Amino acid sequence: MSDDPETPNVEEEDAAAEEPPAASSEGADEASTDSVEIEPDEHLHVDPYERNWIRISVLTMVVFAVAVTAAGLALGIQVPTDEGRVDPNTLATTPPWSEPGLREVVPGEEYDLYIVARRFAFAPNEVEIPQGAKVNFYATSGDVQHGLKLADTNVNFMIIPGQVSKLSAVFDEVGEYDYICHEYCGLAHAVMFGQLRVVPAEGGA
Amino acid sequence: MLQDRAKQAEYELEQRDRNFVGYHLIVAIAALAVGSTFGPLQALEHAGIDLYPQMEWLLQSGQGAYYQGLTIHGVLNALVWTTFFITGFLTLTMIKGLGRRLRYPVINWVGFLTMVVGLVITAIPLLAGNATVLFTFYPPMQPSSLFYIGLTLVVVGSWIEGLGFYLTYYQWRQENPDTRTPFIAFASLITMVLWQVATIGVAAEILGMLLPASLGWTSGMDPQLARTLFWFTGHPLVYFWLLPAYLSWYAMLPKQVDGKMFSDQLARLAFWLFLLLSVPLGFHHQFVDPGIPNGWKYIHFALTYAVAIPSFMTLFTVVASLEYGAVKRGGSGLFRWMLALPWTKPSVVAQLLAGLLFIFGGIGGIMNASYNVNLALHNTAWVPGHFHLTVASAVTMTFFGISYWLVPYIVGKPLWAPKLALASSWIYFVGMLVFSNAMHTVGLLGAPRRVPLGLAPYVPSEWSGHLWRVGIGGTIMYVGLMLYVVVVLVTALRRKKFAEGEGVEIPVAESRRDVQATPLWLDRWVPWLTATAILILLAYGPQLYEQLTNAQLNSPSFPP
Repeated sequence: MSDDPETPNVEEEDAAAEEPPAASSEGADEASTDSVEIEPDEHLHVDPYERNWIRISVLTMVVFAVAVTAAGLALGIQVPTDEGRVDPNTLATTPPWSEPGLREVVPGEEYDLYIVARRFAFAPNEVEIPQGAKVNFYATSGDVQHGLKLADTNVNFMIIPGQVSKLSAVFDEVGEYDYICHEYCGLAHAVMFGQLRVVPAEGGA
Repeated sequence: MLQDRAKQAEYELEQRDRNFVGYHLIVAIAALAVGSTFGPLQALEHAGIDLYPQMEWLLQSGQGAYYQGLTIHGVLNALVWTTFFITGFLTLTMIKGLGRRLRYPVINWVGFLTMVVGLVITAIPLLAGNATVLFTFYPPMQPSSLFYIGLTLVVVGSWIEGLGFYLTYYQWRQENPDTRTPFIAFASLITMVLWQVATIGVAAEILGMLLPASLGWTSGMDPQLARTLFWFTGHPLVYFWLLPAYLSWYAMLPKQVDGKMFSDQLARLAFWLFLLLSVPLGFHHQFVDPGIPNGWKYIHFALTYAVAIPSFMTLFTVVASLEYGAVKRGGSGLFRWMLALPWTKPSVVAQLLAGLLFIFGGIGGIMNASYNVNLALHNTAWVPGHFHLTVASAVTMTFFGISYWLVPYIVGKPLWAPKLALASSWIYFVGMLVFSNAMHTVGLLGAPRRVPLGLAPYVPSEWSGHLWRVGIGGTIMYVGLMLYVVVVLVTALRRKKFAEGEGVEIPVAESRRDVQATPLWLDRWVPWLTATAILILLAYGPQLYEQLTNAQLNSPSFPP
C-alpha cells in the first residue's frame, strides 16, 4: 500500500477508461464528465485497490475457516449433533431419564451424566467426579427450553423438550465448576444452576 | 433519456408523502423512547442497583418486572423501532429514487395502519404482563395469543407496504425500460424482498404451530422445529435492519461529505450477495441445538463466512467514498484525511460513529459464527453485547443520523440545537463503548445473558467490576439516546420554519462512474431471485424436510 491516498489517481484512470464510448453518445456535451452516457459493459468494473481488498477479505475468511476446521478435526472440538428424540411427557418412566445422575462407564476414567432440566433446577444439582475423568453430558428438558454452560469448558448446549443434548469434557483440574442455565426459562431463571466438583483422584467418586 | 433521469433526480416528495413517512417515524421514535427506558434499569440491576420496586405501578412484581421490562425492551427496540423506521425510510427512498409518487398510496396506507393495529394488539398483553416471553418467544413457553396475532399483523402490514413498492417499481420499469434502477430504489427493493423471504420462517412458526397451540386447537408444540423456523427469519432479520443503514452509508453519506459513491457496481453486487446469502445460514444461531446434525451446522457456518465478504466490500466502498469526499474537501494523508470530514454535521457524525462501532460488531459477529468458537460464547452476555454493537449501534445510530436531515425535510423546519444533536451521538458512542466492552468481557468469563445478575446466586466477585461498567455504560447510552429523542421532537414541534430558499435536500450521492455503465446483470431480478430460492432450498430443504416429517407436537405449553 502506498503512503499516499490514491483516490485522485484512480479518478483519472476511470475518466480515461470512460472517454472512448462517451464520445459516441449524444448529449454527452451538456452532461458533466461523471454522468456521460456510455454503453453498458457486461463486465464488472472493479477498482484495483478494491480488487485487492476483496482478495484479502476472502483470504482472511479462508484462513479463519481452516483454523476452525482444524480445531474441530484435530482437537475434536465439535458442536452438539442430532442425538435422537425423547417424549418430554414421559421422562419419569423413561430410563435413563427416570433416574438422572452419574453412571460409571470406566471406573475413575469415564462417566455418563444424565441431566433433566426442569424449572428452576437441574437434576442432579450436585455432581462429584475424580480428577482426570471424562464426562459425557446428556440432557433433556421436562418443561420449557433451558440451556447449560459449564464454566471454563467447551460444554455449552441448549436443552430442548423432546431432544437429547450431548457433549463431553475431560476434567484435569481439581475445582468447582458451575453449570448455569443460560436460556430464559421463566421468572426465576436466575437461580437455576448446578455444580460439578472435581476432587483429587485418590478421594474417588 | 438524460433529461428524464435528471428530472427524476431532482424530484422532491410532495408534502402528503413526507407526512406519510413522518407517521412511521412517530411510531418508531415513540417505541424507541419507551423501549429504551428499560435499558438502564437492566444495566443498573447488573450493577446491583435495583430500581424495579419503583416501577411497580407499571410492571409485574418481583422478578416478573425484570423480564416484563426486558420483553418490552426487545420488542419495542429491536422489532418496532426498526420495522417502522425502515418501512418509513424506504418509502422515502423508493419515491425519491424512482422520482415519482407511489403507484397506489392507499396500499401503503393500508399496510401502515395494519402495522399500527398489530402494534396496539401486541402492546396489550405486553403491558398486562401476559406476554413475558422475551422477543424470541421460544415455545413451549406461551404468551397470550394476542401477542402472536399482533406480531403477525405487524409483519403482514410491512408485507403490504412492500407490495406497494413492487407495484410502483413495475410501473416505473414499464415507463423506463432501459434505465438502470436508481441505486436507492434498488437497495430499498432488495431490503424489502429480503424481509419478505426471511419472514416466511417466523410466519410458518407462528401460524403453523404457536398460534394454533395457544388457541387450544393443538395439544402441543415441537420446540426444536420452532427454533429452526424462527432462525430462518432471525438472521436475515439482522440484514433487514442493516441494509437501510448500508443504503445510507453507500449512497447518502458520500453526498453529505461532498463526495460521490465510489462504486455503484460493487454496491449493487454487495446488495445482491446479501439477498442471496443472508437467509441460508440460520443454523449458526443453533450451533448448540441438539436436534440438528453438525454437518448441516458446518455448512451454514461456511455460508455465514461467505456473507462476510459483501460486508468487507461495504467497508472498502464506504471508506473509499468518505476519503474521496474528504480529499475534495482538502484532506490528505494516509489517515489524516479523516480530519477533513465534516465533524460538525450531526447527521454525518452519528453515521461515522455508527460505522466505527460496527467494525467491532462485525468482528464479534464473525466469532459468533465460527462453529466451535460459538461454544465459548453462546447465550453468554457477550451476545447482547454484540447485538448492541450491531442493531443498537450500526443501525440505530445511522437512523439517528438519517433523522437529523429527514425530520427537518418532513416538517420543513431547521434542526433544533445541532450541537446537542452532536453531543447526543458522542455520548451514546462513549456509553456504548463502555457497555459493550463490559458485556463482551463478562460474557467471556461465563456470565449468561437474560439474567438479572444482581440477584443470581452464582455470580463470582470477579464479575462485579464489569457489571458496574455495564450499569455505567448503559446509563450513559440512555442519556445520549434521550437527547436524540428531544432534538427530533423539538425540531418537529418548534415554530421556526425554513426561510424562503432555505431547506434540506435528500442527500443522494452521484456515482463516480455513470450508473448506465453498470452491467445489465446487476439490474435483473429473475436470475438473482432464482439463485436465492435455489440456495435456500439446498441449505435448508433437507433439514426442514427431516424436521417437518419427524415433527412431534407433544410439548405442552407453560406460562412464563
